[in-house]
Amino acid sequence: MNEDIKHDLIQSLSKNLRVDLRKNEDLRSIEIETGCVATAEGSARVKFGDTEVIAGVKLAVEKPFPDTPEDAILMVASEMLPLSNPKYEGGPPGVDAIEMARVIDRSFRESRCIETKKLCIQKGEKVWSIAIDIAPLNDDGNLLDVGAFAALLALQNTVFPEYDGTKVLVDKKTTMKLPMVREPITVTVFKIGNAFVVDPTETEQTSFDARMTFAILADDKICSMQKGGDTAIMEEDLDIMLDIAIKTSQELRKKIPR
Amino acid sequence: MTSTVNNMMNRKVKNMKRTDGRSQTDVRPITAKTGVIKKADGSAYFKIGNTTAYAAVYGPRNLFPRFLQDPKKGILRCNYNMLPFSASDRVRPGPSRRSREISMITEKALLPVLDLDAYPNAVVDVFIELTETDAGSRCAGICAAAMALADAGLIMKDLVAAVSVGKVGNDLVVDLDGVEEHYNENESTDIPVAMIPSTHEITLLQCDGIIAKEELFKAIDMVKPAMQKIAEVQRNALKEKYR
Repeated sequence: MNEDIKHDLIQSLSKNLRVDLRKNEDLRSIEIETGCVATAEGSARVKFGDTEVIAGVKLAVEKPFPDTPEDAILMVASEMLPLSNPKYEGGPPGVDAIEMARVIDRSFRESRCIETKKLCIQKGEKVWSIAIDIAPLNDDGNLLDVGAFAALLALQNTVFPEYDGTKVLVDKKTTMKLPMVREPITVTVFKIGNAFVVDPTETEQTSFDARMTFAILADDKICSMQKGGDTAIMEEDLDIMLDIAIKTSQELRKKIPR
Repeated sequence: MTSTVNNMMNRKVKNMKRTDGRSQTDVRPITAKTGVIKKADGSAYFKIGNTTAYAAVYGPRNLFPRFLQDPKKGILRCNYNMLPFSASDRVRPGPSRRSREISMITEKALLPVLDLDAYPNAVVDVFIELTETDAGSRCAGICAAAMALADAGLIMKDLVAAVSVGKVGNDLVVDLDGVEEHYNENESTDIPVAMIPSTHEITLLQCDGIIAKEELFKAIDMVKPAMQKIAEVQRNALKEKYR
């Protein structure tokens, strides 16, 4: 990014003022629509400002992994679609998409938000597999947090199809929901100069120095973390970033449709 | 993990002792060497417990294809790889989602100590190979890579030391081994950390598992002496080559 623009950005952030007139710790306006994809077992479309992500859940019955014969299989995948921003190209997922999917995957896995043992049909033979796919429709920054939120809402929205013992009847929906016991909320705090911001737009995001992504539970405990960016952070930075993330997670939690 | 091992772990952890007799703050035995790969511009071997990493540095050298070049500074490219026989189940050769993510965070962990401004359009390649693993492989890889970069004569602010810290049962422990990492069906919390030892700046921080804020900061405090110890081993290994 142009150094002058970055300089100006840091100047204005140090006065707690952002290009779109938000304060550093403000989120953009949020729009949510759940159950928007009829072919998916669960789905959600989430907008933070201009950033828009759609997440879908597909369920299937599969053979469990040998080391976890009674646990459902959880998969999270994402792709940076060239439709969502001119900077992306087609082809297999790059490292950004892989990181996004794996960080979101860990937030669900490590929080144990889904009771995976309840999704065992026949030990060692048949368990439900949950595939969550996250697709950005418009990328104007903060894709990871928006994607994680969409994925969580899609999981909460998921309804089981009928299963007759041999195949899944995707067209016949039951009323059974996924056994979800926790709600991990993913928040990334970006350090730009000496300022800390959440929910950056693309312009802000291209000039960050360091970032910390936290997945946070209702009791404010952390269930996963990931540092990013080319510069190191001090423990004091981490303290500030975690406090902002906890506060932001509480705010986002209120937006979950009940 | 078998239930017998799990029961044993339960008992051991309750007695505040670890399966291998370490205290909560002890790291596993470390062996470190430099210059282990003669063809490379810099290389290192770092073994912690039963986790063994080799790292080789090639470069700064010309970067091709050209469009990857940065005309302002050299780039760092790390490649983390587990050899097929390095874990209890065979690891499929070739890059995986996991190895690509770890390669990327390894770059980020090392970049803050490097100054690549003097090498426009060039690349510094770091190849990290794990020959055997028992948890903590990304940290061992970072330790080996930092030593190999220093061995290659690159200008560095300091070394980078890395080790994991975590919560097993109710105890905070430094340098989790495989048994601890999988304790009670993976219910333990694993926090890989990399630091610049002289300033305690954090260059890598991840967390898998649940932990409260106060515990996290307690864990980071606990890991600092371990970082100093690792850095000392790294420094000694670098000096050893010239003795």
